[in-house]
Amino acid sequence: MLLNIKNLHVAINGKEILKGLNLQVNKGEIHAIMGPNGTGKSTLAAAITGREGYEITKGEIIYKGQVINDWTADKRANEGVFLSFQYPVEIPGVSMTNFMRTALNAKREYLGKPQMKAGEFLKLMEEKKKLVEITAKLTNRSVNEGFSGGEKKKNEIFQMAMLEPTLAILDETDSGLDIDALKVVAKGVNELKSDENAFVVITHYQRLLEYIVPDFVHVMYGGRIVKSGGKGLALELEDQGYEWVKEKFGEE
Amino acid sequence: MKPKKRIISPLEKRLLQVAEEKLSLREKDSGKFHALQQEALTAFKELGLPHKKLEKWRNTDLFDWYQKLFNPITEKEEFTTKVNDIFECTVQGFDSNVVSILNGHYYSSEESSLQTFDNGVIIGSLAKAREEYPEYFEKYYSSIAKVETNGMTAINAALAEDGVFVYVPDNVEVEKPVQLIKLVNKRGLMLNTRNLIIMGNNSRFTFLHCDDSINHDDSLINTLTEVHIGENASLDLYKLQNINDETALLNNSFFNMERDSRLKVNVLTFNGGLIRNELHVSLNGEGAEADLSGLYLMDKKQHIDNQVYVNHNVPHCNSNELFKGILDEEAKGVFNGYIYVARDAQKTNAFQRNNNILMTSSAKINTMPFLEIYADDVQCSHGATVGQLDNEAMFYLMQRGIPFDDARMLLMFAFAAEVTDNIRIETLKTNIDDMVKKRLRGELSICDRCVLHCTTPDKPIEFEIDLSKI
Repeated sequence: MLLNIKNLHVAINGKEILKGLNLQVNKGEIHAIMGPNGTGKSTLAAAITGREGYEITKGEIIYKGQVINDWTADKRANEGVFLSFQYPVEIPGVSMTNFMRTALNAKREYLGKPQMKAGEFLKLMEEKKKLVEITAKLTNRSVNEGFSGGEKKKNEIFQMAMLEPTLAILDETDSGLDIDALKVVAKGVNELKSDENAFVVITHYQRLLEYIVPDFVHVMYGGRIVKSGGKGLALELEDQGYEWVKEKFGEE
Repeated sequence: MKPKKRIISPLEKRLLQVAEEKLSLREKDSGKFHALQQEALTAFKELGLPHKKLEKWRNTDLFDWYQKLFNPITEKEEFTTKVNDIFECTVQGFDSNVVSILNGHYYSSEESSLQTFDNGVIIGSLAKAREEYPEYFEKYYSSIAKVETNGMTAINAALAEDGVFVYVPDNVEVEKPVQLIKLVNKRGLMLNTRNLIIMGNNSRFTFLHCDDSINHDDSLINTLTEVHIGENASLDLYKLQNINDETALLNNSFFNMERDSRLKVNVLTFNGGLIRNELHVSLNGEGAEADLSGLYLMDKKQHIDNQVYVNHNVPHCNSNELFKGILDEEAKGVFNGYIYVARDAQKTNAFQRNNNILMTSSAKINTMPFLEIYADDVQCSHGATVGQLDNEAMFYLMQRGIPFDDARMLLMFAFAAEVTDNIRIETLKTNIDDMVKKRLRGELSICDRCVLHCTTPDKPIEFEIDLSKI
């Protein structure tokens, strides 16, 4: 099993957001996590990726057989955990090329591999840019600075393609995207998918799941997964909305 | 209100005594220079050394330095060796004419103390220039730096003898930058040095002013630079400050800018116990443009103060200020930006920005704009920020596998790059970027021989940042 989350409780500033969440993900699988706003979907992404300020008060995150509760964000990343941010951060003054090369070489160093040569690196960048149809020159552009909403999300998938993660978490990658950009993003994900990696797709809408077809759909509510099923569950949610979830699980 | 009697510090007492003695010996030496020194001494008696109770010195306290009996009269060092033999600047591979000041005096062989080039450019010792070119001296010396600006300018005018003199005739573009390396190698000195730069119409000049230390001796350096920029002339001035923690450096620079002239100043402060830079820029001709920027990277208990005065005296002038700093540990910073727009100075554009990053909760910055605008058709803006490194950005970088320290470096370097990107000499920019990286990594500090790691300048920087060159 690639990821095994057991009874996870996470608090931010002492306030408990995740309240006993369980999730198992195997290699080769795509999991969709759906649910109304404020149920802890992004908190789950932050907890898995090791963001500071998200305190695990109880439970375990087991990744590749190891408890990673105390691992730093960079260690998790270099072990293959990737987060496509809901709101990618603009970093003025740090060029995309420089950023990607630093990240790639950090991973290589972590894995005990030699640094990638400049030429080789640039070739790889060009190749991966095509995957998400980024035509702009990235060399002189600062990370996400001045990127449109669609460009930012494409850029996330581009970075994912560069870093080739084992476990990729897509946090509302579809939000704010028009259908064309959505298709590009989905195409990128589908091309990267293999038997050796897994995806956790956090989304509000069923729309994305038409293009990235999940093996499992989980409904989150009140800091827990309250219902799991196959891809049909997403359609059910689309039809019925989240009201019934609130009604059924709200009182707890 | 009756003015309170000031308490006179030991240093001030000493300065008064020394200056009076010195000037009395000159009784018979008439002339404008002597009269000016007398006038300056009178002003100094009135003003005293600047202290915390003065509005403009509120946040910079020299009290500790005033308790030391620094020696303000220094002997001219005999020229025995080139300055490069005792000190090698980190700024390398950079083609420049190097001049130097050692312990307050122009340091060179007698025959090269004032050089005149084929194109009429004169570079050399100020003391020597006073003898050889009294006409320039009469006209320009102390014409913009008023002795009564503050106690430091007064005592400087009273005691200064030497420094660097540069004259660039009309229509001459000086290709090779002049690099001044200012060094101190004796302890307990107070240096009152003075530079005078005169640029003719349509001329062009680049000046690099480096203040360095070669040991841990304490000193108080009080430098004054006067610059006249003729019509349509252009000056690039870089100040590199990397002095020891035992030294206080007071740097007063005055600029008179004529019609359509351009000035670019970049003050790069890497290290120093206490550093105060005052830039006094007077835009006196229409179409003049001043671009002033600074970067300061301080830690320990260091203190940096940048005081920028921009006077828009006539219409259609532009000024732009960008000062950025990273303060670590218990370092303190001050930034005061004064913009004055005269009543007739319509169509003025004046912008000012000061951004700071505090790395610890004990680091401090005092930043304050002062805008005095009497014209009604102007564009002026100011902005100041104080913050920490962006946590969102830190997490973003770390989520991509970049370790904490490298992520921090990357963000700090990106912050600083906005200033260093203004450096127009490519080799200098590369050198400065390396210095910034080293400084931020804590590698740029006092070594046995000098502050500048000159013994290991080629230490590889593993963290290659600039990819634009591949």
